[in-house]
Amino acid sequence: MTDKYDAIVVGGGHNGLVCSALLAKSGKSVLVLEANDQVGGAAITREFTDGYSVSACAHLLYQLQPSVRKDLKLKPQLVADDMTTIALDEDGKHIRLSGNSVTGVSDDDASSYRAFHKRMTRFAGLLNTYFNKAPPRLGPMDLSNLVLLGRLGLSVRLLGKKEMREFLRLIFMNIHDELVERFESPLLKGAVSLDAVLGTHLGPRSPNSILTYLYRLAGDCGRVALPAGGMGTVSDELAQVARSAGVTIRTGMPVKRIVIDNGRVAGVETESGERFDSMTVVSNADPKRTLLDLVGAQHIEARFTHRISNIRMRGNAAKLHLALDGLPTIAGLTQDDFAERLVIAPDEHYVERAFNPAKYGQSSPEPIVEMTFPSCRDASLAPSGKHVMSAIVQYAPYALKGGWTDAARREFEAATIRVIERYAPDIAKRITASELLTPADIESEFHITGGHWHHGELTMDQLMFVRPVSGAAQYRMPVDGLYLCGAGAHPGGGVSGAAGRNAARAILGREKAA
Amino acid sequence: MKTYDAIIIGAGHNGLTTAAFLAKAGLDVVCLEKNEYIGGATVSREMYKGWLYSSCSYVCSLLRPEIYRALELHKHGLQVTPFGGSCQFMENGDYFGSYHDPEEAYREMARFSRRDADAYERYSADTMRQCRLVRDNLLRTAPDPTSFKPKDLMGLAELGLKFMDMGEDAMYETIRFWTMSVAEYLDQYFETDVIKTTKSGSGIIGTALGVYSPGTAYVLLHHYMGDVDGNVGTWGVARGGMGAIADSIAGALQTYGGELRAKAGVEKIIVKNGRATGVALESGEEISARLVVSAIDVKQTFLDRMDKSDLPEDFYNRVVNFKIRGSSGKVNIALDGMPTFPAIPKGSTLYHGDMHFIDSMERMERAFDDWKAGTWSKDPYIDMLIPTLTDPTMAPPGKHFMSCFVQYCPYQIDGRAWTEPEREAFGQTVIDQIANYSPDFKSLILHYEVRTPEDIENQIGITEGNIFHGELTMDQLLFNRPVPGYAQYRSPVSGLYMCGSSTHPGGGVMSAPGANAAREILADLRRTNTVPENFGDD
Repeated sequence: MTDKYDAIVVGGGHNGLVCSALLAKSGKSVLVLEANDQVGGAAITREFTDGYSVSACAHLLYQLQPSVRKDLKLKPQLVADDMTTIALDEDGKHIRLSGNSVTGVSDDDASSYRAFHKRMTRFAGLLNTYFNKAPPRLGPMDLSNLVLLGRLGLSVRLLGKKEMREFLRLIFMNIHDELVERFESPLLKGAVSLDAVLGTHLGPRSPNSILTYLYRLAGDCGRVALPAGGMGTVSDELAQVARSAGVTIRTGMPVKRIVIDNGRVAGVETESGERFDSMTVVSNADPKRTLLDLVGAQHIEARFTHRISNIRMRGNAAKLHLALDGLPTIAGLTQDDFAERLVIAPDEHYVERAFNPAKYGQSSPEPIVEMTFPSCRDASLAPSGKHVMSAIVQYAPYALKGGWTDAARREFEAATIRVIERYAPDIAKRITASELLTPADIESEFHITGGHWHHGELTMDQLMFVRPVSGAAQYRMPVDGLYLCGAGAHPGGGVSGAAGRNAARAILGREKAA
Repeated sequence: MKTYDAIIIGAGHNGLTTAAFLAKAGLDVVCLEKNEYIGGATVSREMYKGWLYSSCSYVCSLLRPEIYRALELHKHGLQVTPFGGSCQFMENGDYFGSYHDPEEAYREMARFSRRDADAYERYSADTMRQCRLVRDNLLRTAPDPTSFKPKDLMGLAELGLKFMDMGEDAMYETIRFWTMSVAEYLDQYFETDVIKTTKSGSGIIGTALGVYSPGTAYVLLHHYMGDVDGNVGTWGVARGGMGAIADSIAGALQTYGGELRAKAGVEKIIVKNGRATGVALESGEEISARLVVSAIDVKQTFLDRMDKSDLPEDFYNRVVNFKIRGSSGKVNIALDGMPTFPAIPKGSTLYHGDMHFIDSMERMERAFDDWKAGTWSKDPYIDMLIPTLTDPTMAPPGKHFMSCFVQYCPYQIDGRAWTEPEREAFGQTVIDQIANYSPDFKSLILHYEVRTPEDIENQIGITEGNIFHGELTMDQLLFNRPVPGYAQYRSPVSGLYMCGSSTHPGGGVMSAPGANAAREILADLRRTNTVPENFGDD
């Protein structure tokens, strides 16, 4: 017995939910199949130990696109909508970054930072314009493509001669050189370096790290928000919207394969053996999982398979969750400061040194850390008087030499705690439970190949026209009826919903009416 | 006092090329060189009696054939002989050889992996396609994408059309190629570490980047797009060492009536009323000219030899921020006889090629980590060549000259000058690595010289001794080279031009910057063009 739908969305991550909701709003019958027991993919809230909950994977909201909010009338409940970043100093001389201002540094640095931030925000805004459209194709010279390409060129030109030159120079550069030229404060250089490399396989000295920094800013001008109840509430709201638009969402339904019949999509088959028919299958899974595992290389042209297998998507970011019986003490920080975003990256060389071992499949003995204590803003996450810490720790390469054995995990967790202890000497005493998610865990728990939260590195050779791979940047895969709507497609990762929205528009054939 | 039509500062290969083309067009030119020998880093010097050292640059392939023909360099004694293959020594006692002969090359790769041997053709075709795209742009001025001048718009349109001509698929691959790391590029084709290592060297030579750094795939082209006698990708040695190239261009210059003055270091470029009018020499002598062309790098030109007040502030700051990084050194060695390398068969053509003593991508990248940490690589990437096997004129009969290009070697150690023991230790690192694969090598050494980037800066005058006069990263290529808005050989000061490797298309003994600059100058003077444009061969 089979059910037939207009479209089946494989994976109920935020992009899948956005896509399904938009399709349903256009009158399509849509089924979402989610492998896990709750929707949200990497944007979920989960109890990791009795009474303590955290956003299990993504933990801050950067980029939920205004277009997505508008189309779906989303009103995410935020407990913080513009968090300050505090770059920690061992002697308590922390610096604070908020919007275009930085305090705790020299006047020169503060004014350079204003100029730097202004320019970066402007360039990021230019990138953002392209987040909400499918990239043009380069080959066919039909009018709509030419118009899109022309607009792309024009918008760069409209920056003005001087800024355009700067844009064309900066997007290829590494962030290190730019920071060294502009700033003197090691802490400031460290903090910006961290922002540029978080979630990537790059060090601040790797060319392209300015582009990844721009990408981070492109979402919401670098505003960092914290949803009430963790990221899961964003996904729950999306699911709510999707359901009320008529989408059927079934959780605990891992898809085994996408059924191909006569060279085109015919439906999906779940691990449990159920079969659902549809002429349109939209995958929110990453491109490797979608094409190599769910579709199978036998249905795809060899060269395309080859390209897909060459996508670089090996994660380096681990998540560390701590249950604390109270807030630790950090010299120079007040209780309220723990509600902000705390980063450990004392200088730009430190960040680069943390990266070095990752190139050889080793974890950083002195990692960089982005910490949040979300329970300071949202008491629902921990028992009263207790706290949770949610941190992104880098670099913890997916393909660790020797594998992520228990010993390797203990070693990395201990290294992280040692680094945090330099600032918060009493942290170890406060810990009542902990959980470390390495990229390998993220892969198995959230079904993301390589545990890479962007579904593929955000480097120039994997962006725009060539994301996920050459010739497939318009959400249609080279199997009739198969679409991609996840972060592996343009414009990439972050909880932005843009890929889901763009994919829905491509499926509905409305992208030209943009 | 005599007023020349043009003064060219620096008699490196680019300065000489510009001077020769201007002289050919009938201009009254003088080319000034601070050293007592000409050639800059394109030089052969007798550092040990009876031995000619190619002290800096050591192999030749990029020199544009059109320039060779237009300046009739063969008449001035230039003879380039191709040499065969290359060899990678491995820690396990094995080696990997690269051969020109396709069948031999296939067999050797298949010895490691049949899959890699089969992938080679695809790799070769894809790389060559990128070469052709770039080769087309070497002998022309990069169009300015911000300009609305017809010439620039035409140039851009032409570039665009050429790009579109590649077909949709190749277009995407081109975008990727220009921005990815050489390691990732090679990963797409090969599985064997040593094969990838062999090919990755060309992606980092002369740059302050590692094999895993994005953008290094493009650098690969700078070592692939050259040719010897029309064989693209082939390398050769100039008979009599690299100095023979500079000498032959100098010969052409003098035939066209140009002047050449050695021991004439320029102290200052004289600017009057916003216009370059000549130069002041270190000796105090002043020479005037209608225009001044600088073949030395942009930092030397604008920061050292001009007053800051004569330059627009924005331009000045950009030159300050232009990245010229010392990343490589040289060790040149006179040998009493031919050293043996037991790993490779006797009589193999591999002896004639360049040899490397590093066999994994991880070792390559770790060599770069040392540089980042402010010291020389303790396990370096050495590009070693014994040119006397191909050109016996460089050493007495039976003796040999060995050239070792060493990556990475920083300009300074930990931000301060090199000490003598450190230079010695750097040289020893190189010698030891080679000796690991050649038991009799050390006993054959008669003399050697160590050149750190600091030494190259002091002797040749290149900032940080960078062989390309500036990093070949995307932010410093094409219309961004040397700085955005001044990529067409003109400086912000009227009458002052740039023609060195800091300009498009960059470094290597190519002479293209020198030729392109001459073409722009002649256009400004409304003179008949003497400079070839574009490629006849492709």
